[in-house]
Amino acid sequence: MNVIIPDDVKVRFRVPARIIGLVGCTLMIASIFMSWSYGHTVLDDVGYWGAPSPLQLYYAVLPVLGVLLLAVPLLGRGRLGRWAKLVAWNTSAKTCAIWSLAVTAVMIASIAIGLGGLVNVDPGGWVALAGALIAVASTLFLPDSPDPNLYRLKSPQWVQILAIVGVMAVLLFGAAYLLNFENADQFLTFGASVVGVVMVLRQFGIFSWLSIAAANNNRVLVTSAFVVAFAFPFTQNGSDANMSIASQVLIFAATALGLNIVVGLVGLLDLGYIAFLGAGAFTAAILSGSAFATIDWVPPFWLTVLIAGTVSSLLGLLIGAPTLRVSGDYLAIVTLAFGEIFRITMNNLDGNDGPNLTNGSNGISAIPDLNFFGFDFGKAHVIFGIDIGRFANYYWLMLVVIAIIIVVFMNLNYSRIGRGWVAIREDELAAEAMGVNTFALKLLAFAGGAFLAGVAGAVKAHYDVSVTPDQYVFLESAFLLAAVVLGGMGTVMGVLIGATILKLLPEKLRFFSDYRLLLFGLLMVIMMRFRPEGIIADERRQLEFHDEDDALAVEIQEEMRAKHVHLNPEPKEWDL
Amino acid sequence: MLEVKQLVVAYGRVNAVKGISFNVEQGQIVTLLGTNGAGKSTTLRTISGLLTPVSGEMWFEGERLDGVAAHKVVEKGIAQSPEGRRLFRQMSVEDNLRLGAFSRKDAAGVRTDMDRIFDLFPVLGSRRTERAGLFSGGEQQMLAIGRAMMSRPRLLMLDEPSMGLSPIMMQLIMSTIRSLRDEGITILLVEQNAAAALKLSDKAYVLEVGQITLEGTGEQLLGDDRVKRAYLGED
Ligand SMILES: Nc1ncnc2c1ncn2[C@@H]1O[C@H](COP(=O)(O)OP(=O)(O)OP(=O)(O)O)[C@@H](O)[C@H]1O
Ligand SMILES: [Mg+2]
Repeated sequence: MNVIIPDDVKVRFRVPARIIGLVGCTLMIASIFMSWSYGHTVLDDVGYWGAPSPLQLYYAVLPVLGVLLLAVPLLGRGRLGRWAKLVAWNTSAKTCAIWSLAVTAVMIASIAIGLGGLVNVDPGGWVALAGALIAVASTLFLPDSPDPNLYRLKSPQWVQILAIVGVMAVLLFGAAYLLNFENADQFLTFGASVVGVVMVLRQFGIFSWLSIAAANNNRVLVTSAFVVAFAFPFTQNGSDANMSIASQVLIFAATALGLNIVVGLVGLLDLGYIAFLGAGAFTAAILSGSAFATIDWVPPFWLTVLIAGTVSSLLGLLIGAPTLRVSGDYLAIVTLAFGEIFRITMNNLDGNDGPNLTNGSNGISAIPDLNFFGFDFGKAHVIFGIDIGRFANYYWLMLVVIAIIIVVFMNLNYSRIGRGWVAIREDELAAEAMGVNTFALKLLAFAGGAFLAGVAGAVKAHYDVSVTPDQYVFLESAFLLAAVVLGGMGTVMGVLIGATILKLLPEKLRFFSDYRLLLFGLLMVIMMRFRPEGIIADERRQLEFHDEDDALAVEIQEEMRAKHVHLNPEPKEWDL
Repeated sequence: MLEVKQLVVAYGRVNAVKGISFNVEQGQIVTLLGTNGAGKSTTLRTISGLLTPVSGEMWFEGERLDGVAAHKVVEKGIAQSPEGRRLFRQMSVEDNLRLGAFSRKDAAGVRTDMDRIFDLFPVLGSRRTERAGLFSGGEQQMLAIGRAMMSRPRLLMLDEPSMGLSPIMMQLIMSTIRSLRDEGITILLVEQNAAAALKLSDKAYVLEVGQITLEGTGEQLLGDDRVKRAYLGED
């Protein structure tokens, strides 16, 4: 936008731009008291005059934020003191306007598509759209704020802890609330406005402050995150629908975290990772005591988990040992082939020629539920008056598995081995010259990642009740990889988010699952273009992706600083 | 200390080093001179175990060196600062140094050595948490040398440490090399800047298209007509 509107124009017009932006936001707020839709079968009760529906109320959150972001600097000019510079008022306002427009567009599109044409959009919708367009257009005339400095704000520790706990609580109830939308259009509307609010807060600088607070209170953060995740089943009132999705998300996330070690830390491209999950699942199924199991030995589950992990990591060694000595491309090809060979082998171990291990394409079904010391995972238990069903039991088990994986990952990342891995990723030959045993370290990562997948597979076998070769196809490997890349290679948080998005969206949005390949492909292309480091960027990674820009970045920064000083000796005036 | 006998190294079927022999004596600075593509870097890479020789022998402190894996070579006491520095650009100065010490298990010793490097190169010490890629060429070269020293090598191999540096920077690097030698570290140096390197060297070899064509003390080669013409730009 800087190119289109020169900076001096922006500085000159910032006051009228704010006033017009306020008008736009007010129009959007006013629109929730109007009818948006002629019919009543889409969204919720948006078709009444004078009575805002719940969705319309959520819709108003963004414009209200917009009013605050525009009005405070307008009224408080010269009186804001250092708050003027701690917060990126203008950029936040712009983000807010753009996301308001996006949510408005989603709602109008839902009405038009759901009822068959734009004629079904009532005045409220049009007023909102006009308001949003006005807001976007006027905020483009605001000078860009400097980066927010909110993290400079000193705050007592109890405030920080309270903030973390608050965020976690909001996350819990937000997620529970979001998941309860049955309709795709409601889900999308609410989801988009939540994302919009998050983006505005990010621009505002809240997250930079929060991340400092989080870093200062790491224990509190991790504990409260797990408490929240642990509490999630209690928000579901014994309903199974969401718990089933949630436990699938966790299984998927655990596997993606394992892949993240291989791809994210060491930079090895593994295209057949799903086979390790499958190997674990088949091992556990064969040792499960199901009527279809081909081996008559039922070890205790902890032992099954270890065996499943070991089988997977042995396969990892088998694949890795010959390929990891040579350069990267071979590994991708070999793992790709291995994934297919695994599936075909499982299909053929049916006793026709050779041993019967898997019953061929029928797989092993009727796998009994887990039973720990009399705690039957298949039965519902009542805790605090709420039914905790089968899915919730597995959800909790996977939560424990993920916790273990995260602890392992964190310890590795900051250890000597982790440093060696990252060095291999950056410059393998240099790492070797420094005395890093690159082959051994790569093999360790590969086999270790396979072990984790095997463990996840063992739980998945019991969760799925039946294990068949067709569950472990290449497409699943691709999705795992997509989760890692989308979320942010080499980070825990990013991969958790990526896995959640990739598993949740198809479950909640029918049209998404119909076109899931197309949409994921599109998503990946867009990500690679605009944010190749993923949603959450690993510091070292991010720098890798924008390495060449170094000199440029420094140059631009110097230039901007000079310009600021030249235009406004008083930076405060520029800010507001 | 290091003995190389009839060493032949090939990339594919092309021999880059064609049967060279040379010695590096304990406590000396030994220089390999040569035009571009002569095979100097190839020789260093082979000593480091990054390349496997076709034939020939390498001995280090009485032990056979050929066939030893790269990470074992570092453990034996040979470190290399490779051509073009090849720092881990996204890692901090400290992490680069820690990687240099990857083969060591004594954390306390690593920390004191790191402090020594920071004494030697104060620029690095004052910006130790910044990532390596942001430093200037000369500073990066200091870091590359420091990184190689972190494994406490007895033989330090430096591949063109003055590449791309200003004359002042180059002098600083050269005097650092001399003081390392005075501390007892043996140095095998590859340099384009023949004058500066020869002044420093106890022994020097001229490598041409994979073969050693001339050898002698630094002074001898400085006075040699062929060297003057080919490497010192004098008539
Ligand atoms: N990776 C490689 N693959 C194939 N040939 C190579 C490779 N590296 C070097 N060579 C060739 O081997 C020969 C010796 O190269 P080397 O890098 O050892 O030269 P050098 O003496 O270090 O030269 P410079 O002074 O330019 O660094 C050259 O002909 C070069 O083209
Ligand atoms: Mg060279």
